[in-house]
Amino acid sequence: MAEVEETLKRIQAHKGVIGTIVVNAEGIPIRTTLDNSTTVQYAGLLHQLTMKARSTVRDIDPQNDLTFLRIRSKKHEIMVAPDKEYLLIVIQNPCE
Amino acid sequence: MPAKVRDKRLQSHSDQLPSGGKLQQSKPTRSLSRKRDEDASTEVGEGQDEWAQAKTLIKPPDQLELTEAELKEEITRILTANNPHAPQNIVRYSFKERTYKPISSVDQMAIHFSLDGNLLSLDSDEGRRQSARRATTTELAPVGSSVVETEEIEAIEESSKEDLLAAGAEEAAEAAETIEPVEAEEPSPQSAKEQKLTNQFNFCERASQTFNNPLRERACQMEPPPRANFSATANQWEIYDAYVEELQKLEKSKEKEKQRALVTKKEDKRRGGKLTSLESQSDDVTKVTKAAKIMERMVNQNTFDDIAQDFKYFEDASDEYRDQLGTLLPLWKFQYDKAKRLAVTAICWNPKYKDLFAVGHGSYDFMKQSRGMLLLYSMKNPSFPEYTFSSESGIMCLDIHNDYPYLLAVGFYDGNVAIYNLKKPHSQPSYKSSAKAGKHTDPVWQVKWQKDDMDNNLNFFSISSDGRIVSWTLVKNELVHTDVIKLVVEGATIEGPEGLQLHTVGCGTSFDFHKKIDYLFLVGTEEGKIYKCSKAYSSQFLDVFDAHHMAVDAVNWNPFHMKVFISCSSDWTVKIWDHTIKTPMFIYDLNSAVGDVAWAPFSSTTFAAVTTDGKAHVFDLSINKYEAICSQPVVAKKKNKITHVQFNPVYPVIIIGDDRGHVTSLKLSPNLRKMPKEKKGQEVQKGPEVEIAKLDKLLNLVREPDSKQAK
Repeated sequence: MAEVEETLKRIQAHKGVIGTIVVNAEGIPIRTTLDNSTTVQYAGLLHQLTMKARSTVRDIDPQNDLTFLRIRSKKHEIMVAPDKEYLLIVIQNPCE
Repeated sequence: MPAKVRDKRLQSHSDQLPSGGKLQQSKPTRSLSRKRDEDASTEVGEGQDEWAQAKTLIKPPDQLELTEAELKEEITRILTANNPHAPQNIVRYSFKERTYKPISSVDQMAIHFSLDGNLLSLDSDEGRRQSARRATTTELAPVGSSVVETEEIEAIEESSKEDLLAAGAEEAAEAAETIEPVEAEEPSPQSAKEQKLTNQFNFCERASQTFNNPLRERACQMEPPPRANFSATANQWEIYDAYVEELQKLEKSKEKEKQRALVTKKEDKRRGGKLTSLESQSDDVTKVTKAAKIMERMVNQNTFDDIAQDFKYFEDASDEYRDQLGTLLPLWKFQYDKAKRLAVTAICWNPKYKDLFAVGHGSYDFMKQSRGMLLLYSMKNPSFPEYTFSSESGIMCLDIHNDYPYLLAVGFYDGNVAIYNLKKPHSQPSYKSSAKAGKHTDPVWQVKWQKDDMDNNLNFFSISSDGRIVSWTLVKNELVHTDVIKLVVEGATIEGPEGLQLHTVGCGTSFDFHKKIDYLFLVGTEEGKIYKCSKAYSSQFLDVFDAHHMAVDAVNWNPFHMKVFISCSSDWTVKIWDHTIKTPMFIYDLNSAVGDVAWAPFSSTTFAAVTTDGKAHVFDLSINKYEAICSQPVVAKKKNKITHVQFNPVYPVIIIGDDRGHVTSLKLSPNLRKMPKEKKGQEVQKGPEVEIAKLDKLLNLVREPDSKQAK
C-alpha cells in the first residue's frame, strides 16, 4: 500500500504535474489532488473517453487492450492509465 | 299405626262405659265446639274476602224462624262414641245356662267406607318376594310403585276427611308419611348394587362433526419492486472476454484440483490467511499500482522529454568534423537519497530487461565502511529506483543471473554472499551465507553466476581477498560452499619459527569465466598477477601472467574473440592479452588508476575504461590502436572518482558509477560505434565471425613485431 502511496506522491511532486485523480469503474473519483469541481469534470469526461477508446481498440482486435491514453493539448498533457477497475489520471504541464 | 289404632279402640271401649263416663265426656266436647266458633269468628274478624264470601250464608226459604229466646236457649247435645244404630238387645244362647242371654258388649264401630290397599310391609313374606322379583326388573319399577302408593294414600286421606274423626285422618296421614320414606329408601341401595347387563346386540353408532375452519381471504398491497430498463450491445470483444473468462475459470479449477493433491492443507491455510490479511489491509488504491508505475514513467518521460529524444534520436553531427574522435553525451542521472555518499561498487545490466540495471552501493574506503544498498533502476524512470534493498554491510559486487533475471547474487564487504530475489517483496536477501557456512573472511570482490550444475542447482562463484575462490550452490534453500582454489603466492613462503612454512595468501580481486570453455577462468589479484585457472584443478594454475604492478581491478574476456581478454589496474594501465601469450598485446596508460574496463557488446575492438580522475575513455582498436578515440570527463566534480562502467547490451549507452553514489548514463556518439564502412556494391558483413576476424587482424599486426622482436 505504502508503495502505491509513495509512487502517487512522487508523481504529484514531479515537475509540472498539476493533479492526479484516481477514478473507479463507475467514473467516480476516489482520490484527487485537485479541487472538487475540476475533479468531477475531469473524472466524468475522461472516464467516458477512456471507455470509448478502449472499446475502439478492442473492437478492432479483441485480444488487444488499451494500456495508456495521452492527450496532448495546447496547455497540458492529460495522461490516463486504465487499470482493471480504476483509472489513474494525471494532468501535467510539460512545458514547465 | 297399630298402637294408635289400639288406643282408639280402647277409647271406644271406654266410651261404652256406663253413663257416668258419658257425662264426664260431654263437657270437653262442648268446650271444643265453642272453640271452633271462636276460631271462626276470629277468622271473620280478620276480614279476609275469601272467607267473608264463604261466610255469607244463604238461608233456605223454609228455615224456621226462631225467636231470640229460642235462639238463646241452650240445647245441650252430647257426642258419644256409641253407635246409635248399634243394636242393644242382641241375645245369644248360652249353653252353660241353657238360656238366651243378652250380650253386654255391642260393637259400636260403624264403617262407612273401606278400600283395600295394596301396600305391603317389607318385612312380610309377600313384600320380600316382591322385592326379590323387582330386583330383576328395571329401575323404573320402584318409581311406579311409589306413585301408586301416593295415590293410595290420597285415597285414604279422602276417606279420612269424610270421616268425622279428625284424629283418624291425622293418623292416616301420619301413617302415609311414615311409610313413604321407608319405601323410598329401600330401593335406592338395591339399584346401586345393580350391575348393568349390556346387550350385545344392541349398540349404536355415534358420529359427530367438528366445526369446519371458516375460509378467509386476506390481501395487502406492497410497493412494487423497482424496475429498470437495461439494454446493451454486445461487442465482439465482450463476447471474447466472456469466453476467455470461462476458459480461465476452467483452468483455475483444474489447477486447484492439482494443488490440492500436491500442497498440504496447512500451507494453503497460511497462504490464504496472509492473502486475506493483505487484502483487508490494502486500500482501494493498491489496485492502481501498475497504473501508477506506468504513469510515473510517463510523467518522467514528459519531464525528461529532451533526454529521451536524445537517447533515441540524437546523433552528434559534429562527429563528422572531428575526424575519428567521438563524444559521450550525458543522458539521465540516477540517484537516490538513501544511497547518497555511498560509492557505486558494482553495476550490472539486466540480461532480459534491457532498460533495467542493478547498482550496488558500498564503500571502497577501508576506514569508512558503513551500510550498503542495492538499487535497480530503469532508464524509463530515472527519478526513482524500481527496487531498493538495503543491507548492513556495504555491497562490493553483484551479478544478475542470465536465465533467471530476477535473481541477483551479491557479495558484501564483510565477506558474505547473498541472493536477492526481485519477485519477493521484502527487503532482505532470500538466501545469505553465514560465518558457519564458509563465508569469506575478507571483502568479496566479485561474484559471477554459473550455469546450473548437474542437478540443476543454481550456483555462483565468488572471489575475495582472503584468497579463496568459492563456489556457492543453492541446495534446498541453503547456500552450500565449496572452495575451488586457494590462491597462493608462488615462491613467497615465509619461514616461520620452528621451520614452519607460511604461505602468503594471494588476494583475489577479480575474475572472469571463459564464454565457451566452461572450466577456464581468469583471476586477477592484488599483487598484479593474473592467473589462468581451471575449475578442475584446485591446487594448480594453468598459467600466470605478470600483468600489473598493482591490484588488478578487472579482467574481462572479449565477447567475440575467445582468446583475448582485457585487464585494468590501479597502476594506470589497461592491457589486452591473448591468453596463449604471456605478454600483453596492447598497453594503454591512462594517467590515473583505472577502476573498470568493459568490452562493447557491438564490436570486438571497442572497449571503455574509467579512471579515478573522473574520465571515461573509449577505445576502438580498429580505428586507433594507440589512443582513445574519446577521453572525456563525465562527472561534475573533479573529486568524484568513477568506479565502474558497463555497456548496455542493446543501446549505444554506457552507464558509469562514481563514488558519490551517482550513476550516469551516456550515449556514444556515432564515431564511437563506427561500423566498417559500407562500400558500394558490397554487402556489409555482420556477425561474430566478422568481429573475430577484425580483432585477429589487429592482433596479427601486433604479434608479428613481437615475434620479430623475440627473434
